[in-house]
Amino acid sequence: MSVMNIKKFSFTYPGVEHPSLRNITLPIEKNKITALIGPSGCGKSTLLRSMNRIHDVYPGNKYDGKIELLDIESGKSNNILEIQKENELIQLRQQVGMIFQKPTPFPMSIFDNVAYGLKIAGLKNKTELADRVEKALKDGALWKEVHDRLGKSAMGLSGGQQQRLCIARAVAVKPEVLLFDEPTSALDPISTGAIEELLVELKKDISIAIVTHNMQQASRISDYTAFMYLGDLIEYDKTENIFLNPKEKQTEDYITGRFG
Amino acid sequence: MRLLINKIFLALSVLSALIGLAFLGWILITLFIKGLSSFHFNLFLNDLIEGGLRNLIIGQFILAGLAAAIGIPLGMAAGIYLQEYGRGRYATLIRDLSDIMMSAPSIVIGAFVYAVVVVPTGGTSGFAGAIALAIMMIPVVINTTDNMLSLVPRELREAGIALGASKYRVIIDIIVKAAKVGIMTGILLAFARIIGETAPLLFTSETSNYFSLDLTESFPSLTVSIYDLANEPEEASRDLAWAASFILTVLVLVINLTGRFITRNKD
Repeated sequence: MSVMNIKKFSFTYPGVEHPSLRNITLPIEKNKITALIGPSGCGKSTLLRSMNRIHDVYPGNKYDGKIELLDIESGKSNNILEIQKENELIQLRQQVGMIFQKPTPFPMSIFDNVAYGLKIAGLKNKTELADRVEKALKDGALWKEVHDRLGKSAMGLSGGQQQRLCIARAVAVKPEVLLFDEPTSALDPISTGAIEELLVELKKDISIAIVTHNMQQASRISDYTAFMYLGDLIEYDKTENIFLNPKEKQTEDYITGRFG
Repeated sequence: MRLLINKIFLALSVLSALIGLAFLGWILITLFIKGLSSFHFNLFLNDLIEGGLRNLIIGQFILAGLAAAIGIPLGMAAGIYLQEYGRGRYATLIRDLSDIMMSAPSIVIGAFVYAVVVVPTGGTSGFAGAIALAIMMIPVVINTTDNMLSLVPRELREAGIALGASKYRVIIDIIVKAAKVGIMTGILLAFARIIGETAPLLFTSETSNYFSLDLTESFPSLTVSIYDLANEPEEASRDLAWAASFILTVLVLVINLTGRFITRNKD
């Protein structure tokens, strides 16, 4: 079952004539990890950033086609590209969270970082807030390291810890989908390993899409892989098929390192 | 040959730096010698009419404090607008105007406030002085806020939005907080600048020999009184002017150093 369905989706940046993404059709499967791979400039981050409409922070973008998001509670799916109202966009982002390349801890305590999304969503009860923060930090595999210094500034954590804090912060609001935009490319191998394990753990509850430049990472953790090139989706399949038995020549060339 | 030119150039740079520093040292030394010789703790206890400076120091702080109370919120709001909301030509225009205002001569601002506040209200007042100082302060605060917010990484804004926060919440809760230290330092330096200003006060608040909290009348000001005292024929008045200059310099120095100290302890 797919939680998101991207259908004939095209995207054009403001002031640019040609679309950066053309006619993309791709499902994001429920409780699976879907990796988006491809050389720089292929549009994989642009596609990821369309899935929670974070592009809208900068006005003037043009979306065509559909991105349908399944609301798991009601079982209905909505085209997120039709959303106009600010409060519906806010709701979308609570359903579809995002983790960035560089860790983005907020300039506040560890506790307040994780509680931020919950407070924004209107949770006021102190005990419930504390419980949810603890649960999120455990889900983010960070609780053991920080449980005795929740009041300390998040800026004092290491890069890997900051990134897990950002994941915990995103998990806290119980999203359906989490989007990861090269989440480990600024981290050392040990932190990267910890985050990869975490992603595999998280997919029990959350559907994941991840942009990565690291082919080994895609093959290690993802269930499905989409290969993109110059704004087109070249091939999408189960990860093992993409890596062991690609149908397209371009895909094969890329994963064997012949270009890109 | 190239080595020689290099050495000559280095020598010239060092010499120029020394000349500049020598004058600064000279000013400070003169000020300390002349100021300290007429400095007495009683200066803080008596008002000018009794030969002290108490009313002037308090008055100067009230004027600058009121100016800060007007200038900081306005300047910060404008800076936030420029960095977070303003787009295109309109924002550029405001930014340029603010930069021009920053380099406007302070006496011109004094004259402006004289025309639009002092004349219509029928006389000099503490309010008029505070307004003139606020006008001096606003462009500095705008510039600082604008610049410091521009240093906050784009990803931090996006991370806030991606958690479901609205734009204004992201700005208030995250962006301004992230830039807090820089903005505070800028504000402190702007405050240090206006607290030592004379020209904007000269014909807006004037000064007063008596202690006063009434901002609708001429208001005691340390800087304007230094100007007046230095023009008096008696030796005693001029000594008092030196002492006042010394105190003012120490005040400005302390505020400046505090600003720098905050920045240094940022990380």
